[in-house]
Amino acid sequence: MLELDKVNAGYGQAQILRDLSLHVAPGEILCLLGRNGAGKTTTIKAIMGLLPLLSGAVRLDGVSLNELPAHQVPGRGIGYVPQGRRLFAELSVAQNLEIGLMVRGSGTEVLDAVLELFPRLRERFHQRAQTLSGGEQQMLATARALCLEPKVLLLDEPTEGLQPSMIEAIRQVVAVMRDRGVGIILVEQRVDAVLSVADRVSFIENGHNLETLDADALRRDHAIIERHLGV
Amino acid sequence: MDLGPYILLATLEGSVTAAVLALTAIGLSLVFGVMRVVNVAHGEFFMLGAVLAWWVAHMVGAHPALGFAAALVVAPVLVGLVAVAADMTVLKRVDYDPERTIVATIGMLYIIQQITLMTYGPDARPVEPPFNSRLAIPWFEYSENGFQMYWPWGLSTTSYKLAVIAAAAVVLVGVWLLMARTKIGLLMRATQLDREMALAFGIPVERVYAIVFGIGAGLAALAAVLIVPIQQAHYLMGGDPLLLSFIVVIIGGLGSLPGTVIAAVLIGLSDGIISVFFSPTLAKILATLLVALVLVFRPEGLFGVKSR
Repeated sequence: MLELDKVNAGYGQAQILRDLSLHVAPGEILCLLGRNGAGKTTTIKAIMGLLPLLSGAVRLDGVSLNELPAHQVPGRGIGYVPQGRRLFAELSVAQNLEIGLMVRGSGTEVLDAVLELFPRLRERFHQRAQTLSGGEQQMLATARALCLEPKVLLLDEPTEGLQPSMIEAIRQVVAVMRDRGVGIILVEQRVDAVLSVADRVSFIENGHNLETLDADALRRDHAIIERHLGV
Repeated sequence: MDLGPYILLATLEGSVTAAVLALTAIGLSLVFGVMRVVNVAHGEFFMLGAVLAWWVAHMVGAHPALGFAAALVVAPVLVGLVAVAADMTVLKRVDYDPERTIVATIGMLYIIQQITLMTYGPDARPVEPPFNSRLAIPWFEYSENGFQMYWPWGLSTTSYKLAVIAAAAVVLVGVWLLMARTKIGLLMRATQLDREMALAFGIPVERVYAIVFGIGAGLAALAAVLIVPIQQAHYLMGGDPLLLSFIVVIIGGLGSLPGTVIAAVLIGLSDGIISVFFSPTLAKILATLLVALVLVFRPEGLFGVKSR
């Protein structure tokens, strides 16, 4: 169980997150919805320890992550698929995955299991990451995070700019990971993509967590989404 | 004597300069590439290497080769440790902020230089080379009897100078292997490519920085140990290597290791040849002019990649 407890955080003088609280249980997909600049990516970075918290706490299974140095956070079992993929562009597919494997000293059986989910990457294994197509790069970014056998997976706009078949492939992997008991936080802009996979949805506005609802309630009543996002 | 032997001699001298320069510059390039900071104290790490080499050789006493061998190991390691300490106590505190790091390393420059002056003194002292036999080089001339080989007067080099070139080549291959084939090399390259993602994937970035800063300074010190039997150790000897390293790193492309080596060979050879035929000052003027041209027409350097 990953919990954010009244988190306040920001960049220098600019405070972005204000008393933001949320939690995600194993085997659950929590979606963060909100307008541009609402603080969704900042929430993810605060979990990863990439931003110092002003106050509040981030806890994984009761251990507070915000007191650890940033590089020790992923080792606790948090896989990060950042916005814009952020691969190590000049390194090969194999080296990108190796960095993921090193986080928790995972062996080749983990690598094999991950490549089973993304067979395309096996074909591209020794190619440089920057030579992959957009969809393949997204697969690699996801695979890199899965290589550390995460308890919690953070995906920041994983379907941005991808063709429908790739979106579907990523969506299926996310569903597989949920069924294996991984807790997933998914940041998305596209409401339809959210509703098809989410268990619960949190609306974020101006760094506040407005309300968290069951996805079923949203599927029944679209008016809620229109109220929060104004679409 | 005709022109040919002169050019050969100048090329040999230039190769020694190029070899030492390549080692010094690769250290600077590594630090800039991975840490994105400019280390103005790099020349002082070079000087410290030379001074420590004299000190170690002097302490060991025995056969020159023994003293030199000890210096070859001890000086770069000690300088590397000094650099690691400087990184952890100073650069880490200023958060590797580019501007503040420049100011901090200028401070280190003067501290290292003045401490050396106070302890080692203002003298230039030589280290005896481990071996130093004169090797005469033959030349060919065409006369009525066909090609003839002869030994022009003054056309010679020493076995030690050739060894310096070979040693530099071996170390450069070693640095390449370290970056391309080892785990720490992979961590360094990942940190260079995306610091934040490196952190998000468990790479202890601050430790990587300290190691890179140490290796960079150690390479400068190693270059100095190699040159000190030819040039003598002096507390002000860090200036020229610093200037030339910057020239080489800018021409080669900031952070590009192959570019740095090629630029070092280019600058080292032209420095040697121009110094022999004209004057060392002209060589520096031309090198600096080349930097200006590179910065105007190809700011990312000859082999650099345009930043995103």
